[in-house]
Amino acid sequence: MMIKDTYPVAAGDMTVAGDVSARIKRQMKRLGIPSDIMRRVSVCTYEAEINLVIHSMGGEIEFEITAEDIIVRSRDVGPGIPDISKAMTEGWSTASNEVRNMGFGAGMGLPNMKRNADEFSIESTVGVGTNIVMTFHI
Amino acid sequence: MKLSDFERLSGAACLTGEHEDREIACGYTCDLLSHVMGRGQADMAWITVQAHMNVIAVAALLDFACVIIPENLPVDKAIIAKAQEEDIVIYSSDKTAFELVMLLGENGVPAAKKG
Repeated sequence: MMIKDTYPVAAGDMTVAGDVSARIKRQMKRLGIPSDIMRRVSVCTYEAEINLVIHSMGGEIEFEITAEDIIVRSRDVGPGIPDISKAMTEGWSTASNEVRNMGFGAGMGLPNMKRNADEFSIESTVGVGTNIVMTFHI
Repeated sequence: MKLSDFERLSGAACLTGEHEDREIACGYTCDLLSHVMGRGQADMAWITVQAHMNVIAVAALLDFACVIIPENLPVDKAIIAKAQEEDIVIYSSDKTAFELVMLLGENGVPAAKKG
């Protein structure tokens, strides 16, 4: 079973935020991925997708299944993160008041991703963008 | 506690129509979506004042038993349609979030544990 799909995520449109995560979940369900792994991948893809919509100028989420792992990669073009350790701190957020009123911007996105993935890596360049790779062992 | 028990005891109105009578495994109340993503688990009842598209996305991704909107807060028709499409049950209640939590707890629904 080898699958590799890439889904574009547009910046700014909160009404479709979550659609890519929903498509990835449907695919995992079809493939019979165990429910605990499916839940953890869903949390991570959703948080990544929301970050792309809220913070980036657009990006993509890549979903790959190999014999041993599920790998989710988030890539964006955007402002980047000047201080990654700060961004990884629970409660720290740069989200606008508008999205905070919708219940986003709790500063839990990146911590949720790190907690739910078996392996998590993030690299970011200010003024260029952010790349995140999350691996889940099947 | 099943969804039908919750309906009977709370008098909440189901906005999404016919649905499977699922068991409520646990409950949680919070309006910050990332906290809910961190805490959420399958078959959970989620009480929130947020009533927009992203609530449905979270509930569908984590396979919640239901979403309960307290204090008769308005829920847009488009949200209800999306919930029906995703098989998410939405209730509207005249009770406050606190009253709803008490009702669930008094009837044996435990708090959601952190995933």
